[in-house]
Amino acid sequence: MISRTCKWLIAGLALTVLGGCVAPKTVDYSAYKQARPKTILVLPPLNTSPDVKASYSLLSQVTFPLAEAGYYVLPIALVDETFRQNGMTTPDDIHQAPPNKLKEIFGADAALYITVTEYGTRYMVISSETAVTATAKLVDLKSGTTLWTGTARASSEEGGNNGGGGLIGMLITAAVKQIINSSTDAGYPIAGVASNRLLSAGHPAGLLYGPRSPKYGTD
Amino acid sequence: MKLNLSRPLLALTLAASTLLAGCAAPKTLYQWEGYEPQVYEYFKGEEPKEAQAEALERDLQKIRSTGKAVPPGYHAHLGLLYLSMGKDDQMVQQFNTEKTLFPESGTYMDFLLKNAKAGVTQ
Repeated sequence: MISRTCKWLIAGLALTVLGGCVAPKTVDYSAYKQARPKTILVLPPLNTSPDVKASYSLLSQVTFPLAEAGYYVLPIALVDETFRQNGMTTPDDIHQAPPNKLKEIFGADAALYITVTEYGTRYMVISSETAVTATAKLVDLKSGTTLWTGTARASSEEGGNNGGGGLIGMLITAAVKQIINSSTDAGYPIAGVASNRLLSAGHPAGLLYGPRSPKYGTD
Repeated sequence: MKLNLSRPLLALTLAASTLLAGCAAPKTLYQWEGYEPQVYEYFKGEEPKEAQAEALERDLQKIRSTGKAVPPGYHAHLGLLYLSMGKDDQMVQQFNTEKTLFPESGTYMDFLLKNAKAGVTQ
């Protein structure tokens, strides 16, 4: 009697917990699944915010979520340097580069085109808010097909940063706060949360796991 | 009887803790240390390249001591720092290490190594 109750409890618990982990899908992933990208080239983001720091603050924090999702991420600063040496010095120039050329030089399967639309601190009467918003598009460099698009926002005014980034987001914020003195660039840690929210795998409408993740092929 | 009662409870507790642990503890594939802040430092260009390379080498020792994996791009970034310091041998070594750890980087690393060689012979 008791053991039967317990079995039901365990089954119920398992369902609840698994339900919390596996989220419903709302996006068409068929092209993405067919392309199976292994390596991602992240181009320096376009910036439509008034803060010139936005592009490189976000760009320097995209490797973590993408690599932890199971992709090889082309070395960020080195890639930027290669573009510069080939006369492409602004994100606008770089976003115009032909996909086949990118594939030839960097050997990447897909490129990530990011735009930062909001970055910085708004000072208000009682409090101030630091927020970062970015959109991203993952493009197959062989076919030019868009495999995935996403958008994310992070703000200093969220209750304990408990939004889409969840636990990992909180951990990143904590880790980043220890390393960087946020008073010099308040947008930097918030950009880290936004990047993580935008580019980590395993949440609804997010990126799929890549081949280096043990969860590859499960989503 | 007492035993019969506690065993399912124990099973339940174990199941609960296993399931919860699977969800709650995010285990990372790589040990990151200061890689991303160092990449930002490179872009800001306020700190000398020597200091940036030293910080990354120090963190590399930490990563090695735990036996966890070095993140993608780490060795390549070190190679970039050595390149800008004119230490070509160390640059080549770092690019080759990146290639060994991540064969996916092969095309790009070969491109860089070829260019570096061309630069030396010019």
